[in-house]
Amino acid sequence: MTESTYRIAGATGDWEVVIGLEVHAQVTSQAKLFSGAATAFGAEPNTQVSLVDAAMPGMLPVPNRECIRQAVRTGMAINARINKWSRFDRKNYFYADLPQGYQISQLYHPLVGEGSLAIEADEKAGIAEEKVIGIERIHVEQDAGKLMHDQHPTRSYVDLNRSGVALMEIVSRPDMRSPAEAGAYLRKLRAILRYVGSCDGNMEEGSMRADVNVSVRKPGDEFGTRTETKNVNSVRFVMQAIEYEAQRQVDVLEGGGRIVQETRLFNPDTGTTRSMRSKEDAHDYRYFPDPDLLPLELDDTFLDACRASLPELPDAKRARYEGLGITEYNAAVLTAEVETARWFDALLEAGAKPQQASNWVSSELFGALNRLGKSIEDSPVAPAQAAELLALVADGTISGTISKQVFEIMLETGDAPGKIVEEKGLKQTSDTGTIEAVIAKVLADNGDKVEQYKGGKEALFGFFVGQTMKAMQGKANPQIVNELLKKALG
Amino acid sequence: MSVDLTTVKRVASLARLAVTEAEAEALVPELNGILDWVEQLGEVDVTGVEPMTAVIPNTLRLRDDVVTDGDVRDKVLANAPQAEHGFFAVPKVIE
Repeated sequence: MTESTYRIAGATGDWEVVIGLEVHAQVTSQAKLFSGAATAFGAEPNTQVSLVDAAMPGMLPVPNRECIRQAVRTGMAINARINKWSRFDRKNYFYADLPQGYQISQLYHPLVGEGSLAIEADEKAGIAEEKVIGIERIHVEQDAGKLMHDQHPTRSYVDLNRSGVALMEIVSRPDMRSPAEAGAYLRKLRAILRYVGSCDGNMEEGSMRADVNVSVRKPGDEFGTRTETKNVNSVRFVMQAIEYEAQRQVDVLEGGGRIVQETRLFNPDTGTTRSMRSKEDAHDYRYFPDPDLLPLELDDTFLDACRASLPELPDAKRARYEGLGITEYNAAVLTAEVETARWFDALLEAGAKPQQASNWVSSELFGALNRLGKSIEDSPVAPAQAAELLALVADGTISGTISKQVFEIMLETGDAPGKIVEEKGLKQTSDTGTIEAVIAKVLADNGDKVEQYKGGKEALFGFFVGQTMKAMQGKANPQIVNELLKKALG
Repeated sequence: MSVDLTTVKRVASLARLAVTEAEAEALVPELNGILDWVEQLGEVDVTGVEPMTAVIPNTLRLRDDVVTDGDVRDKVLANAPQAEHGFFAVPKVIE
């Protein structure tokens, strides 16, 4: 494997940055991990809180099967070992957003063991070739409530709606060596989660956030001391946090200081990190097995059902598209977001030819959606209609140029392409007699250019094609125009 | 295993228990007595005995993913020393 060449130039030489990410992904479920309260985003404060979530005395947790199932499916999607026997532990600490005084998590026996995912080569980003990033584990745990500090001069407000919502904590190995690699890892992980359907990947709403572990070293040295920057909530911010933190560490080390293993906070407004200056013993969590919960034991029937329910994943889909003759670039673009891939698969199912369809989607459709400010799920043109349009081009009924015109009308009216072509009389003419007549007129009107062409200025051929097409409002079959023009200019 | 006065104070502080100096000193021998007693279990030979997680053989029960609870804000906030606009209101805890 080629190692990353990303380096931070210091006064004492080049430094390498070592990155590991702990991603907290909210599990897509109706109810919470251990209670029957709802998980929907944006509800009135404290209305989605059961007495279990509020940690009233005597309330007992009962795990939600769907949360376990989604975590198992996620584990399978990163080719990880699934532990048929796992257990919940209590992580003890006091904070205003944690009514229990402990978080139910999994330290000693996580649900999902070792796995990995591959990030693609991206020369522009300095990733020379595909790289496999190790994933140490995925465990299931409760989210905390939400604190608001800006509503009152002396009080913080606590909303427990998020308290007890299921999270997967996905812990990578310290395998990344540049901000770009970390960004690629996050994007890939997000894509997998969204394909699997175990997390909506919505970083703005906080359903995916990352703790960023960064250390620096001279290439070839042992790992340095790391810091952990908490709760960074976008790919761009993660990359910024790494850049800033790595440079800060190099400055500290070269200034004769040492790095303190600590928790830091990222400030998105300045792109900087600062120490949380928490008390030293704040990290003494005194984990122990939760006595309210028996070990979680899964049988083969459950695991088989999880496996059978997995969709085609990004890597497999990309390989399949490339196998259909779609370019590497288009295959990557079409598989990056699950909605795009779904739309494209529907287009193929409707009979569109893969290569033609992939070019059309990545140029025409994306262009139109961009212009309209719409996502592909809200595309005014459905896959079946698009397939019909592409078929009209493929069988020569309309030219590529006309197809753009038809597509515009489809976007506006929602009409079927066949109907539009019929009504507007946009069918392509392949009738040689008609085309020959137009060509004769074009040549007669441009006698000087014909002379120049015959005198060797062959680039003028395109001019004659253009004039002929123009005279026929783009409706001439371009291939036949070419042939007949060549003959006429012979 | 045994604990000293420092450990007792530290554990009390982690558990947010207000323990006076005199109480802490009294707790040292008490806690050590309990630890010694539990340590006697280590004398039992458990070679070949499977670890047991419950006295009655039982497996963890799971619930279906259905919303059956919540929407009890008044009950949830009933014991709060201070609540405003549907939130718990606590002393400012910004870091």
